[in-house]
Amino acid sequence: MTGTWLIRGARPLGGDPADVLICGEMILGIGAKLDAPAVRRGSQRADGAQSLDADGLIMLPGLVDLHTHLREPGREDAETVSTGTAAAALGGFTAVHAMANTDPVADTAGVVEQIWRLGRQAGRCDVRPVGAVTVGLAGSRLAELGAMADSAARVRVFSDDGRCVHDAVLMRRALEYVRAFDGVIAQHAQEPRLTHGAQVNEGEISGRLGLTGWPAVAEEAIIARDCLLAAHVGSALHACHVSTAGSVEIIRWAKSKGWQVTAEATPHHLLLTEQLAAGYDPVFKVNPPLRTAEDVQALRVGLSDGTIDCVATDHAPHPLEDKETEWEAAAFGMTGLETALSVVHEALVEPGLLDWAGVADRMSTRPAVIGRLSGHGRLLPGEPANLVLYDPSPRDVIDPGAQASKSRNSPFAGMVLPGRVVATFLRGKPTVLDGKLAW
Amino acid sequence: MNRHLISAGDLSLDDALLILDTADELAHMAERPVKKLPTLRGRTVVNLFYEDSTRTRISFEAAAKRLSADVINFSAKGSSVAKGESLKDTALTLEAMGADAVVIRHSASGAPRRLAGWVRGSVVNAGDGAHEHPTQALVDAFTMRRRLGRLDGLRVTIVGDVLHSRVARSNVLLLSTLGAEVTLVAPPTLLPVAVGGWPCSVCYDLDVALPKADVVMMLRVQQERMNAAYFPSVREYSRRYGLDAARMALLPDHGIVMHPGPMNRGVEIAAEVADSGRSTIVEQVANGVSVRMAVLYLLLGGSGAQQ
Amino acid sequence: MMPAADRAGRDQHAAGAAASAAEGSRRDPTRRDPTRRGESPAKAVLEPAEINRALTRIAHEILERTSGADDVVLLGIPTRGVPLARRLAERLEQVEGRTIPAGSLDITMYRDDLRMRPARALGHTEVPADGIDDRIVVLVDDVLYSGRTVRAALDALGDIGRPRAVELAVLVDRGHRELPIRADYVGKNLPTSQREVVRVLLAEVDGRDTVLLGEAGRVNS
Repeated sequence: MTGTWLIRGARPLGGDPADVLICGEMILGIGAKLDAPAVRRGSQRADGAQSLDADGLIMLPGLVDLHTHLREPGREDAETVSTGTAAAALGGFTAVHAMANTDPVADTAGVVEQIWRLGRQAGRCDVRPVGAVTVGLAGSRLAELGAMADSAARVRVFSDDGRCVHDAVLMRRALEYVRAFDGVIAQHAQEPRLTHGAQVNEGEISGRLGLTGWPAVAEEAIIARDCLLAAHVGSALHACHVSTAGSVEIIRWAKSKGWQVTAEATPHHLLLTEQLAAGYDPVFKVNPPLRTAEDVQALRVGLSDGTIDCVATDHAPHPLEDKETEWEAAAFGMTGLETALSVVHEALVEPGLLDWAGVADRMSTRPAVIGRLSGHGRLLPGEPANLVLYDPSPRDVIDPGAQASKSRNSPFAGMVLPGRVVATFLRGKPTVLDGKLAW
Repeated sequence: MNRHLISAGDLSLDDALLILDTADELAHMAERPVKKLPTLRGRTVVNLFYEDSTRTRISFEAAAKRLSADVINFSAKGSSVAKGESLKDTALTLEAMGADAVVIRHSASGAPRRLAGWVRGSVVNAGDGAHEHPTQALVDAFTMRRRLGRLDGLRVTIVGDVLHSRVARSNVLLLSTLGAEVTLVAPPTLLPVAVGGWPCSVCYDLDVALPKADVVMMLRVQQERMNAAYFPSVREYSRRYGLDAARMALLPDHGIVMHPGPMNRGVEIAAEVADSGRSTIVEQVANGVSVRMAVLYLLLGGSGAQQ
Repeated sequence: MMPAADRAGRDQHAAGAAASAAEGSRRDPTRRDPTRRGESPAKAVLEPAEINRALTRIAHEILERTSGADDVVLLGIPTRGVPLARRLAERLEQVEGRTIPAGSLDITMYRDDLRMRPARALGHTEVPADGIDDRIVVLVDDVLYSGRTVRAALDALGDIGRPRAVELAVLVDRGHRELPIRADYVGKNLPTSQREVVRVLLAEVDGRDTVLLGEAGRVNS
């Protein structure tokens, strides 16, 4: 379906209405009322351009997710690359970084290439495999980071996400090693001994509910250590799913020193608090846990002022039997690809903390830079046509049953959230049209 | 309207007094030749015990049977539960059996709350993880009122591993509803981080708290906590927080000693204290049946709140 | 947590609140009498003096029939059967010069209509120390209507012991029995229609003695 597309009347980055001309894989032009001859000249097919009326729709560069769990290989009952990328496209994403905690773990060139190929086959969204930092995520030996970087998957982001690289020496070595190929270590900050058996944020809720607490300091202590290590060896650190006010402060301090530290926050940590755990429904069980209202506010401010560089979904699908249990037995994690933009709209745009240009920056431009991903994150003539059209006006109840993800564990079920993705284009090919999969 | 008893915090002052007053009346049952009332005839009460607890299960069983209910015991060992059947599947089985009430004890906090979403009958929490044990708190309050004649303004001191204790949580909630003044005594490691927000005061020194205690309740302390560095040694714990005869003498004359059991004699409570006249440990057993009868009657004996 | 328990207990008898309110309005003419709803207020069918005379007569009948009340135990059914039993006991004691055992028997747990309303609070049961075995138990209640309360009381007695005989004394028999139950001693026979409501008020519970008869809704339902 690639060809020529004329998108009429969209609002790029929330600005004034403009027409956008896509030709083949590229954005040919953005401007008010592109003229007919230009259209005809750009058209590669004799029958002319396809047209899309985008009146009132916001246009953003295709969203880039630095943190997704596609579950394949190993847990195809929860999600596959195919269903996960369908969910991503419906959420407005044109690239996702697939975390390495699969089965087998993505710690070799072979596994990362397999995942990369599955992504290309599905063709809905660019899949960038994340390589494990340690073999089997066991935290004792470095994985073959160089081989993964050189593979067809061209891995640049490495993470043991799900587990923390808690050994200081190993973390130092990993940070140093990836400098050779401009890689970045994405740390899941969780001091394991302080969080043994932890279930919910340590605080009012854990005390009342009788559940083992997950103290904020277990995240902050690791982030602080890793910022210092990254500075010491001159390398790049990315902090996954930052969840506490203290973490935001530490990252702000590290950046003020000019250190190469970047950070992400999830949509759910920008909107939801620990109080939701009070009914013991494990749909609200996630790692790191939902925190307090003060933490949520600090994350929003951090995202607004750029201390937090980007929104990353940490999309974590789980089958029903892993969530329909008592809290302690349930798996950690929430889905998020299809609701991410609406949640950011609600949590940051509505209160005036971020405008649409800011959303584009945090959900597309910066994550593409952090992921060392070319071809995404820029809505400019001459760039690949990776873009999303979003209707900001509707307000609807979130229904996980209607989502493309194989799993239904969304904490936003039943909530009313604004907006809806109308269309997504991946290098000029529409993957979503009129809110439905087109591929 | 709440048709379950999952947390002591679910009970208003009126609810709590109703249960205690009803238990008072039912306590006379033990003196009759026929220790049965026909009230719950035809109702089915299921004891769903994932954790071993002979005493509590027998207490609920006796209570249900004295009200003429049918009792079905489902214990974890040797059942489909032991073979890994999920809580939800067990709930569906109970539904199919027509259980009017399920009394559940489980090692996971929140299991009764989850179960309540899957069954139509009433759910009674007989202890869930570190969360709550509301009928135990009711038995404790009943015993205090019997021994000391009142609850409003009563000074109750709870000593021990509060962090992991469902009995402590339920007691703090229920006693504060009933107007008692609760003080928690423990090393800081065994108190929840947010205990400052609880309706009680906190003290680290048992010797300071005892002279002002009408009731002192000793919580069981587990050996495993020492291995997780909550306190350095059993000896130090016992020395600083154990109730021995010398400390018992610090209590006011009318002061009583309680223990939800099972006891670690010699650790948190000395043998002579457990066996003294101040101790309520034996009468708790009979009181337990009366209180549980009251709970089952009030949940199941009328039209109930089933919608 | 609990469904609101009906502390008032039984169907025909309201809490004394409205009656005391009525009393209050008699004292304070600016307060509306809540028993006055429509054109015709509830009617007093027994005044205090008549109530006392009736109780005295019943006491003498008990003495006659039991040949001196040697083995009699009076058990009042809560709520208002209890003060009635106490008053009967006093009258018997005045005549016979010795203490007559009197107590209370709450029948809530034996009712046949439990499932029709939320669980009710229990009344107090107090069986005199010598029990009821081989005694003549005289159940005492304020109003005899369907007979179901008495049926429950008989079941309750059966679980407490084995009386030699059970007799029934009521202040008012208003007819409409639904079971084969009859009273041995009756203060007043009061024919009523099923639309009507009978309210017994006693000083010990309600602050004054009277028996009211009126349409449902007019006698504070």
